[in-house]
Amino acid sequence: MSPLPRIVITGVGLTAPNGNSLAEFRANLLAGKARIAEIEVRHMGRQPAGVCDFDATRWQKRKEIRNGTRVGSISIWCAREALADSGLVWDSLDRSRVGVYLGITEHGNVETENEIHNISQFANDTKYWTHHHNPRTVANNPAGEVTMNMGITGPHYTIGAACAAGNAGLIQAAQMLQLGEVDVAFAGGVSESIHTFGIFAGFKNQGALGSHPEPAKASRPFDRNRNGIVISEGGAIYVLERLDDALARGARILAEIAGWCINSDATDAVLPNPDRQAECMRLALRRAGMNPADVHLVSTHATATALGDVQECKAVREVFSGCPGTFVNNTKSFIGHCMGAAGALELAGNLPSFVDGWVHPTINVEDLDPECEVPGLVVNRPVRAPKIDAILNNSFGMLGINSALIVKKYGVA
Amino acid sequence: MTKEDIKKVVLDIISDIAPDEDLSSVKPEVRLRDQLSLDSMDFLDIVMELRKKHGIEVPEADYVQLASLDSCADYLLPKFQAKAGK
Repeated sequence: MSPLPRIVITGVGLTAPNGNSLAEFRANLLAGKARIAEIEVRHMGRQPAGVCDFDATRWQKRKEIRNGTRVGSISIWCAREALADSGLVWDSLDRSRVGVYLGITEHGNVETENEIHNISQFANDTKYWTHHHNPRTVANNPAGEVTMNMGITGPHYTIGAACAAGNAGLIQAAQMLQLGEVDVAFAGGVSESIHTFGIFAGFKNQGALGSHPEPAKASRPFDRNRNGIVISEGGAIYVLERLDDALARGARILAEIAGWCINSDATDAVLPNPDRQAECMRLALRRAGMNPADVHLVSTHATATALGDVQECKAVREVFSGCPGTFVNNTKSFIGHCMGAAGALELAGNLPSFVDGWVHPTINVEDLDPECEVPGLVVNRPVRAPKIDAILNNSFGMLGINSALIVKKYGVA
Repeated sequence: MTKEDIKKVVLDIISDIAPDEDLSSVKPEVRLRDQLSLDSMDFLDIVMELRKKHGIEVPEADYVQLASLDSCADYLLPKFQAKAGK
């Protein structure tokens, strides 16, 4: 059997609470600039949240914005920006050979809550329920809006994978490219979760909603006084191609997808299982043909919950202890938890380290929790790494879904 | 409420649901679909906004009456008057 085609990343478009391009996002990560706002959440008052401020009208008509969803706009922004970044000549591309694969944590809560609120103003008479509800809430909505906006006629769907979704979107795309189902894929993760009070209330009642008098300090993974998740919106979408195709068109290659794994805890709906997480990382390494020491940066999923951070640190220690050249960081301390976009955005924030050699830190650590001590953890200040050839990106989610995606610098054996 | 008032009501609704359209020179006698980019979901929006903002019901069988500004005015005038007279 011939080896499967190699898959590379040739473009990225994103919106994060602290940046609407990779360059801006990266600069803020290296400068230690978090950006968390305080917003009014229906029924819950003011809450810290990561809010994106991209200009949706750059790529959408106002009617499209009105009829679509917030996450549709996020997706279109990211996909269009990724296309521009990739250098693909869009007009000469066969768009039936383009696929869109977007990871989501949840979808439809925002619109459903809005309509329940809407009809409550009319004595709950359902004749006031919007006819836009179904196209807005079908699970493929974010990916479907991208295809309509860009005239893509190949496959599109979303991958529901809780907070592991960003990695899952990329993995799905890599597999579809390897199978020859498509020639170009737009893939990543997206989220509009700050617009649903249910997510806030659910975490609050689970004792897992982060807070701090200063919003920018509310998300503080690994700190002894961390108190939960800061919910954020955002998106990161990549252009993926087979290596041969990318080389043939002279594309700039940002990274190569080296290996991945998705597995399941099968133990608890919300409590993570470090044994399965470690297994997930190890299997991703095996598939990439790498040893732990070949990974120079581990991007953690840690969300600043009391138990989750400890469990992940345990798993990371188990796999990477004895790897002095491996650094560990976290991006949620800057932007909160972007849910379906988290894994994809966190990978994006670290990708430039292949070029600039820096590792951004996890910030807001005033008192490092001893149980979260991990060799190589980069705390509060960036470090210059001797070498960054490969990144392992962790992304985990409820119902015990774990994902680990490894990308490597192109051209490294 | 006059027919001109009703045309303005309908145009105000259209300006919300089709914000990219230039409504400065809409011909009242010409079908809205023939001069603006409106689809069936947009007409459902017009029906919904008449219901929500003005308490006016347009049964499905009568949707055809919303084809142009003139036909809107002819059809909706008695409904607005009946509502005002209540």
